[in-house]
Amino acid sequence: MAESDLANAKLPDQEDYAIEMLNITKKFPGIIANDNITLQLKRGEIHALLGENGAGKSTLMSVLFGLYQPEEGIIKKDGKVVQVRNPNDATALHIGMVHQHFKLVECFTVLDNIILGVETTKMGVLQKAETRKKVMALSEKYGLRIDPDAKIEDISVGMQQRVEILKMLYRDNEILIFDEPTAVLTPQEIDELMEIMRNFKAEGKSILFISHKLSEIMAVSDRCTVLRKGKYIGTVNTCDTTVEELSSMMVGRSVQMKVEKEDAKPTDVVLEVEGVTVPSKIHKNNAVQNVSFKVRRGEIVCLAGIEGNGQTQFIHALTGLDSVSSGKITMCGQDITHASIRKRSELGMSHIPEDRHKHGLILDFSLEQNLVLQRFRDPEFQKAGFINFGAVRKYAEKLIDKFDIRSGQGPITTARAMSGGNQQKAIVAREIDKGPELLVAVQPTRGLDVGAIEYIHKQIVAERDRGVAVLLVSLELDEVMDLPDRILVMYEGEIVGEFDPKQVTVEELGLYMAGAKRMEVAE
Amino acid sequence: MSRLKSNPGFISILASLASIVIGLLFGFILLLVLNAKNAPAGMANMLTNGIKDMGNVLYNAIPLIMVGLSVAFAFKVGCFNIGASGQYTMGAVFALFCALKWQLPWYVCLLAAILGGAVWGMFPGLFKSLFNVNEVITSIMMNWIGMNVSVLWVSNFSQMLAPNPDRTMALDAGNPSAILPKAGLDSLYSYLNIGIIIAVIVAVIMWVIIAKTTFGYELRACGLNKNGAIYAGINAKRNVVLSMVIAGALAGLGGGLYYLTGGGQFKLEKEILPMGFNGISVALLANSHPIGCIFSAIFISYLKLGGIAMQSQGYATEATDIVTAVIIYLAAFSLLLRLTIIKFFGKEKKEVAKQ
Ligand SMILES: Nc1ncnc2c1ncn2[C@@H]1O[C@H](COP(=O)(O)OP(=O)(O)O)[C@@H](O)[C@H]1O
Ligand SMILES: [Mg+2]
Repeated sequence: MAESDLANAKLPDQEDYAIEMLNITKKFPGIIANDNITLQLKRGEIHALLGENGAGKSTLMSVLFGLYQPEEGIIKKDGKVVQVRNPNDATALHIGMVHQHFKLVECFTVLDNIILGVETTKMGVLQKAETRKKVMALSEKYGLRIDPDAKIEDISVGMQQRVEILKMLYRDNEILIFDEPTAVLTPQEIDELMEIMRNFKAEGKSILFISHKLSEIMAVSDRCTVLRKGKYIGTVNTCDTTVEELSSMMVGRSVQMKVEKEDAKPTDVVLEVEGVTVPSKIHKNNAVQNVSFKVRRGEIVCLAGIEGNGQTQFIHALTGLDSVSSGKITMCGQDITHASIRKRSELGMSHIPEDRHKHGLILDFSLEQNLVLQRFRDPEFQKAGFINFGAVRKYAEKLIDKFDIRSGQGPITTARAMSGGNQQKAIVAREIDKGPELLVAVQPTRGLDVGAIEYIHKQIVAERDRGVAVLLVSLELDEVMDLPDRILVMYEGEIVGEFDPKQVTVEELGLYMAGAKRMEVAE
Repeated sequence: MSRLKSNPGFISILASLASIVIGLLFGFILLLVLNAKNAPAGMANMLTNGIKDMGNVLYNAIPLIMVGLSVAFAFKVGCFNIGASGQYTMGAVFALFCALKWQLPWYVCLLAAILGGAVWGMFPGLFKSLFNVNEVITSIMMNWIGMNVSVLWVSNFSQMLAPNPDRTMALDAGNPSAILPKAGLDSLYSYLNIGIIIAVIVAVIMWVIIAKTTFGYELRACGLNKNGAIYAGINAKRNVVLSMVIAGALAGLGGGLYYLTGGGQFKLEKEILPMGFNGISVALLANSHPIGCIFSAIFISYLKLGGIAMQSQGYATEATDIVTAVIIYLAAFSLLLRLTIIKFFGKEKKEVAKQ
């Protein structure tokens, strides 16, 4: 049977599909993001969508959610062809989506965000009390802890995600799309989320779960569809497959999962932090309390901990985005406690930021403009204040080539139009190519697929071997155990333990991260 | 052709043109409602009057270009400069003070105009970056302060006043050396002078600064993503102040250029000059592109002149004002139209692909 006939054919023993996306093709300038892709979601299943960054997963889901109109292909709900022209259509069809990058109004409260667009009103007056009851009931039922009156900008990423999930539930959605939900979560939060997804499934909701973390897919999904470079590779039953099979389907080759590195040979101290304290913006206590440690040339030190224990504030103070209230930071022998960001950068600090959209990129700049974000003042790229566009282009092409940054139109692609993983690669390329003395890498592989993680880990290890001091902040336990040479655990703004990753177990680390144990760190 | 279609510059120009056409249509409908019989003739008058009088159109475009550039430049760092009026006023008064009180030549007066505007632009910039006060509020306040200061200032120096003390003295009586050189342009229109050349040159310089220099790169980065710019080591606070100072200087220069032609006398009225607000339309219609500001300013000047000509068709001044305002403001919707045009081309491509 020809593929296009699939749409009309009624097989006698047809499965009960909640959603069918048949032969979907979606093009962007210079790239076919989805090339004739078919995805069938059974009612009451958790269906994983697996693929490298830029494989077209988010695009396919955006088509289903009505954000993009496909050039070809049809969508069926409950066996009937439907038109999804915009997200309102999707909501009417009870399709809900948690986007990879949340779509929340920063200055609104949690509750306002949840009801935004579907407010209950009586003669034009908001019925807050009523909606609050419904939201809190949902929150309790599914164990989605939220603070309804906090503003979005003040709450953790994990809670923001719970708000997004509650948004879907509040709209009585039965098809739930999760676009890389675990990328931003702590291990505990990931477990919670999986439990929540299983509950949804038990209630008969159908779930599309995007991820490139194979362990999660194996743990929670019933079936898995794999995409590679916009093409459909196949759909498998999770119970019949292995991590190895999935990863080679996804990448097209076998991937090395474990970081390979020699033992570290640390030499002189590059970064010394002494008694750094940073006040909190939200509460009265200090976000970072009297933190001291050293990072030497040729070693990777990891600041581990559960999200929200002061890592972000510490890194902001270290990199100059925020100021410290007491303590001293020395880099390469110079006191940089109060130095400007530019000064720190010139002294050799590179920073892969936690939030790539807020800090790492100017999304409406082109890729090449982003690749020279701190370096446009270098004599190489400007003369008497005039930008040398030729040199910028050449440099961008070099980095794109060297770091395999994929995008629709090369150097002139708008950063906004690139997939998350390639945006991250661009930042990593920029920060590593600066030739730093100190590389501050905050969740450098957040949201990336195994191929890209392997690559970035290799780059970081190569930097270490080149004699760079690396300070890594990570929430991913695999990364915490694998990549660094030394682990510092941060709990409630303090360093509560120091470990050798080769000698500590994940369980032991977890106890320190949860605040159940602590040791006096000798420095 | 298809390459042209995805060119953002081309799309911007097309959007501006389309919105102008829609604006004109609306204007025509309004004329029909007001007085159907004379509408065709009125419209024709409005559209053709400028052609006969291109010199006058250019003359009136000079300050428009400058305030348009002022708004457009501030917009690049994400500031909405609604204070161009006050800056324009201060530019005018600084220039006239140098001309009439101190009897200085025109080029010094122009520098004074730049200074006056820059100082007035600096305050909203400082308040924004030091105390995080919204520049819209402070620049509106600066408009009022500027208006009152100018009236107070000028009325305190009788040397500056004309025999009729509600306005400043005409420059050919007060200080002819402060009148901008004509450079032969007066053959087009008696008041036209090198001001138009200065305005065009300044527009080109602004374009070069924004598009080609590291400073422009910094400004745009701040405007598009302030946090990203700060992360990159760009001093966002300094850039906000600087760009507001420059925006003020541009508007101030506009005031200087207009009042040093010898044509206009500064009237001591307790009214905010509407010129600054015209700057917003000029910048919007040009999609904040400095070169575009030249053309949109000429277009708006052309319409205003045409509006005056409509009066001979029996339309009241207010009516012609409304019609031109409708056209200008609809024209300013070009931003909205841009999206429609992009969508339209997207569809067309799809159809081609299907065939
Ligand atoms: N709005 C857009 N405009 C242009 N190209 C896009 C846009 N969105 C995504 N792309 C491109 O389409 C491809 C697929 O992207 P995406 O669906 O985000 O990948 P994934 O979610 O699998 O990581 C990428 O190469 C990306 O650069
Ligand atoms: Mg994605």
